[in-house]
Amino acid sequence: MDSNSLLYAMELVAGSGHTLTVEEKTVLCTSLVILKKNFKFNRVLFWGKILGFKNDYFIAQGRGEDEMQDQKYLYSFNCMDWYLLPPATDSMIQEVFKAAKGRFMGDPSYVYEDVEIQRKGEGEEAIAEELVIKVTEENRLAATVYQIDQEVSVVPRGAFIKSPHELVQVNLSFGGLTYSEAGKLDNFLHFTKKKNMKKKSILEMADLNPVMDFMDLLSDDIPKGSWHLRFECANRVCVIRSHLWLGLTFYHIPMTPQHGYIYIGDGTRNLDLPFML
Amino acid sequence: MQYVDKQSTLRDLREENPAETLAQLQRALFNRQEEQEDELVEPALPNLSEVGFHLEQIGVGLGREELQRVFLALKQLVETHSVPRCRFWGKILGTENNYIIVEAEYREGEEEEEQSAEERFGEGDHEEKEEREDLQDLLPESTYKPPPVVPIEAPGTGTNKYVYYVCKEPGFPWTRLPAVTPAQICTARLIRKFFTGRLDAPVMSYPPFPGNEANYLRAQIARISGGTQVSPQGFYQFKEEEGNEEDEVSQDSFEVNPDFEGLSAVKLAESLSTWVHHTQHILQQGRCTWVNLTLKAEELNEEGEEEREEEPEEAEPEMGPPLLTPLSQDAELFNTAPWTLRISSSLTPEHAVAFVRSNLWPGAYAYATGKKFENIYIGWGLKYAGEGYSPPVPPPPQREYASGPEITEALDPVVEEEQALKDALEEQEAAREEMEEEEEEDEDD
Repeated sequence: MDSNSLLYAMELVAGSGHTLTVEEKTVLCTSLVILKKNFKFNRVLFWGKILGFKNDYFIAQGRGEDEMQDQKYLYSFNCMDWYLLPPATDSMIQEVFKAAKGRFMGDPSYVYEDVEIQRKGEGEEAIAEELVIKVTEENRLAATVYQIDQEVSVVPRGAFIKSPHELVQVNLSFGGLTYSEAGKLDNFLHFTKKKNMKKKSILEMADLNPVMDFMDLLSDDIPKGSWHLRFECANRVCVIRSHLWLGLTFYHIPMTPQHGYIYIGDGTRNLDLPFML
Repeated sequence: MQYVDKQSTLRDLREENPAETLAQLQRALFNRQEEQEDELVEPALPNLSEVGFHLEQIGVGLGREELQRVFLALKQLVETHSVPRCRFWGKILGTENNYIIVEAEYREGEEEEEQSAEERFGEGDHEEKEEREDLQDLLPESTYKPPPVVPIEAPGTGTNKYVYYVCKEPGFPWTRLPAVTPAQICTARLIRKFFTGRLDAPVMSYPPFPGNEANYLRAQIARISGGTQVSPQGFYQFKEEEGNEEDEVSQDSFEVNPDFEGLSAVKLAESLSTWVHHTQHILQQGRCTWVNLTLKAEELNEEGEEEREEEPEEAEPEMGPPLLTPLSQDAELFNTAPWTLRISSSLTPEHAVAFVRSNLWPGAYAYATGKKFENIYIGWGLKYAGEGYSPPVPPPPQREYASGPEITEALDPVVEEEQALKDALEEQEAAREEMEEEEEEDEDD
């Protein structure tokens, strides 16, 4: 969620059980302003919190001119000193997926190790080679944050537009969804590049607007119960929670442009989802 | 904003707004009561605003306004159901609705009533079965004897120590959850399901869960309470019974220690041994106190059937850790430390609140400050399951009959074989006749 809306928006997503303490909120209000100035970001978002054994990671996201491409993540333990996370690459995600298991420790220099035994040759000549994969927790954090944003970041339809120069920008004339629109999952989109190449029928395409509909719909996600949408805070706020990454909460107040999402959880994907529905 | 045509002669159809319907429902919460001339009795209603204040300091909560609504809903519960003492237990998120859960004590005399009602219910069941047997006793009886059922714990003890009320949103009616049975707890340990938010929804799972979602919810509440209800050391002490001549202090009941001084937050945040469990551990059997099932089975056998093939093995009584055990003795699961200790503020630790977070039940928190403490659970109602849940495999298929001559099918003889057999038989016959003839000849001689 935008750092400017942090003060009131935390109340709206508190239904999931986690909020920020008053101390954390005040510190963030100060430090994010400094962060924005130092890193020359256009916008700073408070992304969320990943709970660890020893410490919790607070994550902030800075955005540049292109809202979708120019994203940088930073982490902090005390909400004041921020450290830049390395950009997540495919090979890093692969390694993290293999080696890092269980909860976060809360120590960025902690090393996860995974020993993989590879067999080379055939028959009796086979040589067992041990392949050790080492991943630091900082890399794991970078990969996890990136994956969460790839899989479950949510925006309402129309909140972002793609300009003719392929720049993704905030739609300044976005006035919010109506109550009936906000009650349907197909008015919410993944804030990533289109991945689902499912061909749509001409009938479905009729209502699409290439300026706004350049992202995937939440309602197309597999399995079908990956999300729940509900009105909370006296039925005034539309709240969406992910079942895949437990802890991700999105809010949108209908008829206003206010929206945002936050992740507060242990940073593990819910792999048991198919059993749980 | 969208363009609205002002010149249209059609009348606007106002949309049904969900906020309006809920506001109408919740209006009843804000009705002021007329002054009641109450004597100063111990208030049944907990001070939820204070709890909310402390929860906010540790970064947990439902949001201030929502908590205030829950507070008013709790007041409504106390008034309508005349609950003696209650506590806001927490909230469980579901896929369609959430549950707001309140833990309350049994009313005096209610425990016995309920127990007798249950017994009567059980008897009725038996009679019905007998009648049915009279009607149709033609079918062969199964020789399968189901394993003995672990008896349910009496109201007011063990897993059924408290009674729980749930509602899906403040302002909605409160529903009382049924008592939990050991079988439900045991099955709930094996399954992993989201709550839907409808109490009457069936629980589709393997192994099959005995009951609907209300029972599942109650079983999870019992498990969460059993695992995560903790208090600072010294707040509770064991009850010393006067009639008890032995030195043994009863291990099941405790009371508030009047001399409790309160521990400083820094001290509480230092080590886990300053926190103790004050809810009984639930045993493998699904009960807090162990019952010997083999004894029960024997009794049944003596009553009904005389036959007993083998002496049942002496069952080893299962013992859980005693009450008020420090958290530092909790077992580690999946290489995960079971608790995380924290302090709410690092900048002003002298006025901070110490809290523990359960890593096995994500969403369970306990805080303590001065002489006060509180436990709360806000989460999905699921235990941490390590790297991935794998459902239990179905039981192995039944064994086939031992192969033997009486049940194996023999090959039909071919014509040649039959002929050969026939010839052999004829030869034998002929040989015997010859023998007989010879014998006769011998006799004649």
